Amino acid sequence: MAATTTTGFLSFDRIGMIFPDGTEAISDVSFTVDKGEFVAVVGPSGCGKSTLLKIASGLLEPTRGRVVVDRERLGYVFQDATLLPWRTVRQNIELLAELHGVTKIERQQLATRAIDTVGLGGFEDHYPKSLSGGMKMRCSLARTLTLSPPLFLFDEPFGAVDEITREHLNEETQRLFGSEGFAALFITHSISEAVFLSSRVLVMSSRPGRIVAEFAVPFDYPRQPELRFDAAFAALSGEVSQTLRSAHT
Amino acid sequence: MSFTREPVDSATAGPADGGRAGEKGPTPGPRRPGRWRQLSSISLPPVVLGVAIVGVWYFISYGVLEERRRFLLRPPHQVIKVGFLEWDNFSEILEAMWSSTRVALIGLVISIVLGFVVAIVMSQAKVAERAIFPYMVTLQAIPILALVPLIGFWFGYGRTSRVFVCVIISIFPIIVNTLFGLQSAERGMHDLFTLHHANRLTRLRKLMFPAALPAVFAGLRISAGLSVIGAVVGDFFFGQGEAGIGQLLKKYAVQLDGEQLLASVIMTALLGVVVFWTFGWLQTRVIGKWHESTSGGT
Repeated sequence: MAATTTTGFLSFDRIGMIFPDGTEAISDVSFTVDKGEFVAVVGPSGCGKSTLLKIASGLLEPTRGRVVVDRERLGYVFQDATLLPWRTVRQNIELLAELHGVTKIERQQLATRAIDTVGLGGFEDHYPKSLSGGMKMRCSLARTLTLSPPLFLFDEPFGAVDEITREHLNEETQRLFGSEGFAALFITHSISEAVFLSSRVLVMSSRPGRIVAEFAVPFDYPRQPELRFDAAFAALSGEVSQTLRSAHT
Repeated sequence: MSFTREPVDSATAGPADGGRAGEKGPTPGPRRPGRWRQLSSISLPPVVLGVAIVGVWYFISYGVLEERRRFLLRPPHQVIKVGFLEWDNFSEILEAMWSSTRVALIGLVISIVLGFVVAIVMSQAKVAERAIFPYMVTLQAIPILALVPLIGFWFGYGRTSRVFVCVIISIFPIIVNTLFGLQSAERGMHDLFTLHHANRLTRLRKLMFPAALPAVFAGLRISAGLSVIGAVVGDFFFGQGEAGIGQLLKKYAVQLDGEQLLASVIMTALLGVVVFWTFGWLQTRVIGKWHESTSGGT
């Protein structure tokens, strides 16, 4: 019965989540993320967006419905950079390959490439405490890139950095999406971030979290930073914003 | 021992505290304080207080106590002359110190090994933590005096009992701090390890151990000081065999050797400080590079 909807890289089939304390976090969520897609989910804080990713990654078991996803090489970018403070940038970036049993030489090559990709060259031997918030996030991205995951799960990764850094990181992410060819599910509460990055925006309501609307984002990749000042961009952002508001009154 | 966290900070780092105050502490003024000024503002207050204490000491010795009662508090120069400069006296203190130091070190090593094992077991299973914790607190709550007869009864009145007292006194902070440290790794980091199928041992080695280090060192510094106390206390009650500083303190008190008594106390305090400082130095060496608070000694 459930096999009918398993088309994408990741598919949620009528997912529901009720926590042991009785809170209903998510109700009846179904959607798929296909190859080459960048799907953003916007919603207010506490609407169960992060729970969605925890379910996708297997950190949480849903109480209803089912998820289909290949969890072998899943890229998960956390809300915080979650760098290990006792490891240097390079050692942090090598961590995942290390956990997957990759040989030392191969690990080093993977890390070197990832460091180049995110532009952290020169900071390899720094410890996280001396990095800015944006650099920490780059390091976190690079760490995930070493596994070349076909699917990235982003859990509000740029929520803690300032506006300008966030825009830079968005452009960076968008560039990586183009060059690395992964599919992505991106959770955020920033509408402009969602529209700028994604090919599809899902709007989520809160308590319980449901998908209330879906918008296709028509802009071609690669997208330029100036897109943010485009009238069509503003119009679409406004529409998403309207929907989000009406879902939370 | 003030190390600033980041090179940028070095000019503005407040002299008040080793680490934390440096960042948000108010800048002393628009001018960069000179190296000498900075040094003097660090060392001046304790020197002034030290001079004041010696002053009060002299005042009590000569101003408060009349001559026949002066043995109660000999003046500082007498203590130095009789206690430290007369070699026979000083070598007696040194020998006893050496014996106590060995007891403290053996006790500390046992505490560290045993404490780590207990903490690791507790960290691996909630049920173990629940089972062990109440007994640990109880053990900690028993006054050591109440245990003295029992310890003597079991282990005799020699070195074994001295070490035992030392372990009982110093193990608690090691267990508690190590356990706290092992549990201190953030949820997100654990999730990261879970997502990438890390097994229990890998998680312990690559995540929980390193995360525990700062707390472990905090515990070590406390326990190291306590092990010195434990050695002296143990020596006080269990004086058979090679006498340590506790026995010597007893002897000096009975014989009214005020100078030697004070000299022994000073040497014991010094040992405590050295031990504490050594672990502070070790902490800076091991985790100073990555840990936020890099304050070393004091």
